[in-house]
Amino acid sequence: MQILQEGKGELVGWHDPDEAREWVLNNKSRELKDKAMSAKEAVSKFVHDGDFIASGGFGHIRVSMAVVYEIIRQKKRNLIMAGKTAVHDIDILVASGCVNRAEVAYSFGHELRGLSPASRRMVESGRCKVIAETSNAAYQWRWLAGMMGLPFIPSRNLLGTDTGKYSSCKVMRDPFSGKPINLIPAAYPDVAFIHVHRCDIYGNAQIDGHLVEDFELSRCARRLIITTEKVVDNEIIRREPWKTSIPFFVVDAVVEIPYSAHPSEMPGLYWFDEEHIAEWLKLSRTEEGADEYLQKYVYSVANFRDYLEACGGAKKLDYLKKRESYKEPMKTISYK
Amino acid sequence: MAAKTRYNLRELLACNGSKVLENKKSVFVGTGLPMIASMLAQKTHAPDLFIIFEAGGLGPLMKELPISVGDSRTICRAISASSMHDVMSLSQAGYADYGFLGGAQMDMYGNLNTTVIGDHDKPKVRLPGSGGANDVGSFSNKTIYIIANQCKRSFVNKVDFLTTAGYLDGPGGRERAGLARESGPYRVITQLAVYGFDDKTKRLKLISLHPGVSVDEVKQNSDFEILIPDEVETSYVPSENDLRILRQEIDPTGIVLGK
Repeated sequence: MQILQEGKGELVGWHDPDEAREWVLNNKSRELKDKAMSAKEAVSKFVHDGDFIASGGFGHIRVSMAVVYEIIRQKKRNLIMAGKTAVHDIDILVASGCVNRAEVAYSFGHELRGLSPASRRMVESGRCKVIAETSNAAYQWRWLAGMMGLPFIPSRNLLGTDTGKYSSCKVMRDPFSGKPINLIPAAYPDVAFIHVHRCDIYGNAQIDGHLVEDFELSRCARRLIITTEKVVDNEIIRREPWKTSIPFFVVDAVVEIPYSAHPSEMPGLYWFDEEHIAEWLKLSRTEEGADEYLQKYVYSVANFRDYLEACGGAKKLDYLKKRESYKEPMKTISYK
Repeated sequence: MAAKTRYNLRELLACNGSKVLENKKSVFVGTGLPMIASMLAQKTHAPDLFIIFEAGGLGPLMKELPISVGDSRTICRAISASSMHDVMSLSQAGYADYGFLGGAQMDMYGNLNTTVIGDHDKPKVRLPGSGGANDVGSFSNKTIYIIANQCKRSFVNKVDFLTTAGYLDGPGGRERAGLARESGPYRVITQLAVYGFDDKTKRLKLISLHPGVSVDEVKQNSDFEILIPDEVETSYVPSENDLRILRQEIDPTGIVLGK
């Protein structure tokens, strides 16, 4: 086959498919065993300096913030992050010095709310490096190739663009159609963390609503931490098995923390905490402000319960629940 | 722009975006004005417009404006809440009739930059990157751009970084690169005018001017030469009904449209 173009982006998280199978064989048990543990334990056990990490959900939706805060609290360093519509998670992980490299589909912005002052400052000053560009479809197809045990997957995006040239993809001549085709390399993140609605102690997890990339991401990640709103009995899972989107044998840790997507949204349960996101966007305009936020919400709180108290406690959570179910009206808020 | 109007600029952009969309077609929608334009189309001339969101929302009938293309509003009364793999695969296979994009820079062939201003490795301004833009621009049959600040810095001869493919280097450029044959930019809506692309040269061509805007103004606000046809129409002007729907039903707090 003829190689037409080789992207100059750094290839992160790729493994030879036989090596990937060997890793699964040696590290992923098929035994139903209790994996319940604390966020502290899960992060210290499964997140290591230098790891390539990926977060589930999408933007400010269904993100495992309890794990993100714990990574910051444990001062993990030199991490590479999958910037797949990464918003608040990557912003505070970069600002806190945990993440210093990113492969970027969408990063350093908060969608409608504006650009991220903190992580932009880190990138523009060279303290966080963009090691490859990609797109949302290409990123999740990296997971797909990984979960399929394939070295790559062909696609018809990125072609003809600088996004493709700065990615880790290659363009080849398709032997069937004779047309140029993009080849997206598989990715196996060292660790991923996904927040779900319910899960049993073994790791069988159910997500209500759209899955975004989590079906694929859960299956390609070498280590997977599940945080869940609620731990349920295995019988609940077996009663409606069609609701299981993540099976236990790909899961390494089950952490029960209600509201642990906060300040992101948990579909069907609670809405974004816009006040909190706005506070971060305002504070993070300066490095001192970003440090103040981290001090207030991460370093000086022992656990997620204390964090939620600092964010407004039961009254705030009650409002967010009502807002999610349309019982409170939309409010405008300034992010500047 | 002309003196005081009944509508603001964002309302004008939303209405013109909405007018491009056809009933019984599908549209791949991004955050902000594209959502507003698509919801307005559903509530006016295109009740059977099928809306697609990249995080997995398919065919919602939204009762409140989503903040993000992944939040729970995007699956409100939807026909399916699936996944990005599903949505992107469907789009790649040809199910996305329209797609919406924006950008910090665009050239005469509709190539877009949303990644970086300045050098990639030493950026002057780091922007969020492609997100789903490269995918929407690669897969949609007809892509619509909304660029609210047309000026010499945004309508450029060469984009600092080619994030998303327009017609690349001109006629046949997309096919040579391996992109889908029936795809590419279709309309560009700015604060001044609505544009299309010339069939033969694939260059940006004026279609209609917003009320009170002159051809000279359009030319002065572009670094590249815009093709000007002999006959130029006037852009769609928001009706009272459009404005009522926009202000009372779709965006009552003015989070996207402003007050």
